[in-house]
Amino acid sequence: MDWFESGWGLSLVVFLPLIGAGVLLAIPKKDEALQKMTALGFTVASFVLSLVLIVAFDFDTSGIQLGTKLDWIPSISSSYHIGIDGISLPLLVLSTFITVLAIIYSWEHWPEPHNPKAFLILMLLLATGMNGTFVALDLILFFVFFEVVLLPMYFMIGIWGDRAEVTIPVFKITTQMRLYASIKFFLFTLFGSAFMLLGFLTLYFKGGQTFDMLELAANGAEGLMGSGLAFWVFAALFLGFAVKVPMFPFHTWLPDAHTAAPTVGSVLLAAILLKLGTYAFVRIAIPILPEQSLNWAPAIGILAVIGIIYASLACLAQTDMKRLIAFSSVGHMGFVMLGIATMTPIGINAAIIGMVAHGIITGLLFFLAGSMSHRYHTREMARLGGNQKLMPIMGAILGFTALASLGLPGLAGFWGEFMALLSSFSPAAGLSTTLFRTLMVIGAVGTVLTAGYMLWMLQKVNFGEPKDEWAGHEFHDVDKWEMAAWAPLVLATIAIGILPGIVFGATNDSVVDLVSKAFGG
Amino acid sequence: MLALLTNVNTLILATEEGGQAAEALSDGGTLASLAWLIPVVPMVAAFAIVFFGKRMPYKGWDIAIAVMGFEALYGTLLLLSHISSPIAKDFSVEIAKIGNMPIEWGWSVDGLSIMMYFVVGVVGFLVFVYAKGYMEGDVRFTWFFASFTLFAGGMLVLVSAPNFIQLIVGWELVGVASWLLIGHYWEEHENSSAAIKAFITNKVADVGLFVGAIMISMSVGSFRFSDVMHAIEGGAAEAPVLAQFAFWGGLALFIGAMGKSAQFPLHVWLPDAMAGPTPVSALMHAATMVTAGIYLIGRMFPLYAVEGFADEVRWVIIIVGALTLFLTGLIALVQDDIKKVLAYSTLSQLGYMMAAMGAGAYTAGLFHLFTHAFFKALLFLGAGSVIHSVHSNNMSDMGGLRKKMPQTFWTFVIGSAALAGIFPLAGFWSKDEILASFEYAGGHYTTAQGGAALGTAVLWIAIAGAFVTAFYMTRTVWLTFFGTYKGEAHPHESPKIMTYPLVGLAIGAAFFGLINMPGITEVFTDLVGGRAFAGFHDLEHHADGLNLVLAFVGTLAAGLGIYLGWRIWGPDRATQAERDTFRVNGLYPVLENKYYIDDFYMDGVIRPIRGPMARAVNWFNGHVLDFIVNGAGLLAKAVGRLVYWFDQRGLDAAINASGAATGAGGGALRLLQTGKVQQYAILIFAATVILVAGLVIWF
Repeated sequence: MDWFESGWGLSLVVFLPLIGAGVLLAIPKKDEALQKMTALGFTVASFVLSLVLIVAFDFDTSGIQLGTKLDWIPSISSSYHIGIDGISLPLLVLSTFITVLAIIYSWEHWPEPHNPKAFLILMLLLATGMNGTFVALDLILFFVFFEVVLLPMYFMIGIWGDRAEVTIPVFKITTQMRLYASIKFFLFTLFGSAFMLLGFLTLYFKGGQTFDMLELAANGAEGLMGSGLAFWVFAALFLGFAVKVPMFPFHTWLPDAHTAAPTVGSVLLAAILLKLGTYAFVRIAIPILPEQSLNWAPAIGILAVIGIIYASLACLAQTDMKRLIAFSSVGHMGFVMLGIATMTPIGINAAIIGMVAHGIITGLLFFLAGSMSHRYHTREMARLGGNQKLMPIMGAILGFTALASLGLPGLAGFWGEFMALLSSFSPAAGLSTTLFRTLMVIGAVGTVLTAGYMLWMLQKVNFGEPKDEWAGHEFHDVDKWEMAAWAPLVLATIAIGILPGIVFGATNDSVVDLVSKAFGG
Repeated sequence: MLALLTNVNTLILATEEGGQAAEALSDGGTLASLAWLIPVVPMVAAFAIVFFGKRMPYKGWDIAIAVMGFEALYGTLLLLSHISSPIAKDFSVEIAKIGNMPIEWGWSVDGLSIMMYFVVGVVGFLVFVYAKGYMEGDVRFTWFFASFTLFAGGMLVLVSAPNFIQLIVGWELVGVASWLLIGHYWEEHENSSAAIKAFITNKVADVGLFVGAIMISMSVGSFRFSDVMHAIEGGAAEAPVLAQFAFWGGLALFIGAMGKSAQFPLHVWLPDAMAGPTPVSALMHAATMVTAGIYLIGRMFPLYAVEGFADEVRWVIIIVGALTLFLTGLIALVQDDIKKVLAYSTLSQLGYMMAAMGAGAYTAGLFHLFTHAFFKALLFLGAGSVIHSVHSNNMSDMGGLRKKMPQTFWTFVIGSAALAGIFPLAGFWSKDEILASFEYAGGHYTTAQGGAALGTAVLWIAIAGAFVTAFYMTRTVWLTFFGTYKGEAHPHESPKIMTYPLVGLAIGAAFFGLINMPGITEVFTDLVGGRAFAGFHDLEHHADGLNLVLAFVGTLAAGLGIYLGWRIWGPDRATQAERDTFRVNGLYPVLENKYYIDDFYMDGVIRPIRGPMARAVNWFNGHVLDFIVNGAGLLAKAVGRLVYWFDQRGLDAAINASGAATGAGGGALRLLQTGKVQQYAILIFAATVILVAGLVIWF
């Protein structure tokens, strides 16, 4: 197993999907069964290997492990440096796990204009980008993976997305939803990425001529720059990451992208892509620029809490089920960012379990929303009443997931929310306790609004009598592919809810280590 | 993950001991160390009913009743064991660590939790038996028992909690089960709205619970109650951080308690919760769930009792309790729906319990919780029996049922008399203890807080409340069981499966008061006083002997209520309007509109948030934030065109370019081919390079 633990295992987890995409290219377009089997095979292999990584992972060590460092672009001293610690491990497993489920779900649910081959290739590319982001320890490598994710998602939304016409407010431009959303998604994220790259390059030039994250942190890159420059570097990184998270007020690409994307696209977007930004805060911004992190923490905390309240209020105004779920993501990521903003072990632990829980729960919500709009051909909640009668199993799973999403204790979503609030009571030394305690109370009020929009959503969609327009329609309840994709998510929600140690057990030591290295003590 | 699971396993094997018992209290032996079964069995059973219930001979009820039988038995055994030798021990299993704070599941076995196990188990068992008869033929029979078992499980998770985290988990499970059960008939919009109202009102209060739990546990550095108690034991000087946050933390926790225990002005959800099936009302909205808030204050009692911590909060508690007991009792007078009468009566009794807690009378408050659980469950089940028989909730459709439903009638009368506080039924003893506590409590408030005058005022309010209670219960009994039958159905006595539980509860309502006759028997005092806290008995006030004056005054008030009620509603009148000849102009509309509090919440809070505020945010999102985003995009497009024009230096080329850029209808692939995306990308990256160069040179 030495070869496995010295980086090969990790590399395989990252690149197997890419190889799979290459193999798919060679399969004739007509042979859909083989395409599906191939894609499933490669993603399952990647998932299984990520489970083997858990076995190989040494939970008693807080540092980076199972990685490797090879020369890549020596001229700029950028290397193929990968590795994982307790922070990346749960996210990596989440990523490989959700990808498999997405492919299982796709089996019989192809959005128009069909073409499974192209769709699967994009999914596999996406998987490599996502997995890679969680293991990269070199800024250039990270940037490449981070950006690799963009194109497949752009095409997924742009080609397989919603064809309904929308009119953009103020400018009165009418276009198809998928076109508007895909361009907006691509350019908005790219806009953020440009600043992120700017930050990376400055780190390189002023932080010791290296792109290696660990070296930059150990060098005390921040000290080399002087606080004036470091402030702006953090600003650049912040912009890049905050767009991806997305944090208020950089979130407006998200509701459109989610609403327009095909089901699987929304799922992957919510479950994994949003985590890239929050992960980058923990992996890059805090260790390399700890003082600026403290400097910026109040602003991050305030924006996070505004995001919680703002998104909840926006949710209350939605009539489209998918758009409501999309806005709820902004609120949930607000809790994650609040945890990070406290710069404490509890807060960052909360953030990571929040990311995992949001990935599982909101991923499932988008699956459900997709399946329901597939059957009803509408996402308008006003038309969906009585779903519980027409499709009892679907309704029950939707009910369960909505409760999980509102942070019901005993299910996965609770830990991230509650622990983020807990950490706000005593943020890191140097941060204003008055401010963060105020944020704690406002955030707690946000949980009321969250409960409100989720329950009202259930009332509109699930309860009451079915509308007259569905009289005589036959609806087939959850099919076996859906069940196969969803049951693991339901089980994971319960398991993490009862035993949060599944995540905390991996993260806690690494987080404590990260915080003590960054802030001392 | 594997490593983690083994980790958890070893921890389960080596359960740690919780707080140190300060007095000579036993660890309870096997009975206590196996008490984790109490919360776990119903939680597992709830899922079993969902998945396998329909295949069982009694459609899942069999699983549910077996579970509740087990709970009743285990609760009784623990109770007996505790009486022979007091137990106080917490068991904890670490499931995760966050920072350096362990997160634990556990189970608490001490006097307070044992009392709750007993109540939930015994009352729950009887209600579950009854529910089979009541729910027979229901569309979602199996689902009902799954939710009901989930509720019982949640309640037991709550009362078994030795730490804040588990308390919150149980607290919210109870909330969600209540949402499921209130909205059981979700085909009607009204019912699912009532369910949401209950959940959201509780969620508002939970802000307090969350904040309070966070403040207290963070200032102690542990989620464990035993650690909090330990810190309090040392006194305020030894625990300065806790002392600093105790007032606000204690107040916040009390706000949490106000939600579940439906204290004014967060009481609005409970009457609406009557939309659920009647057994639900009996167990959740009378006997157990609504007692969670009282339980929480009881669990944290030393925090509210020891000077220098949250003792000042007691002043708030007693006022809120007194307001609740009086204001809600009056509303019960004007209700026609028999369940609503009982709902408002429950609110009023919860006010008594809370006020007692505020007075520092821990035993009195909990004793009333205990006796009330029996007689109020009895009254609800009796009401359910009537409703089952006449197919209406309204007393205007009842009357004269005394002869047709004798068992229901007699048990209902016993319950009503117990509630009114008639000697020697259960309510008499518990209410008398509460009254006695107010007299004592007055001496413990500062002059600024009203001093002895406040205690006296609350005492008189409570006596007036006793009058009102007897008054509206007389009305209810008369309108339901006396006079002539006014409905259209053919009333008949309910089946045995429903009347036997009534008899069981009636026995409790009649005799359970006798276990704590001041100065004679002190079983209950010793029971709930069995806590791992040094000098716990000295912290709280309880009467050493029967206060004959108060007992007389209280009974007189109740007797007056009964007499007046009989005079007013005794004569059999045919219509509703005639019956309500007793109307106080000015007061009645206010009561019928529930002091306009519900209207204020709906029109003043909920609708503005759901309507204008939400729409404003959505508008801002589309018209301001997106305006900036789209505007920037369009600007970039214009700049791109300009650059291209300079590049090509020809009008023809410029027209072509704009044609390509605006022809966006051809699919995303074509978009990419026309070069728009690359164009932006190049622009952005060019700008980046320039900026980097600038920054590097500048610094």
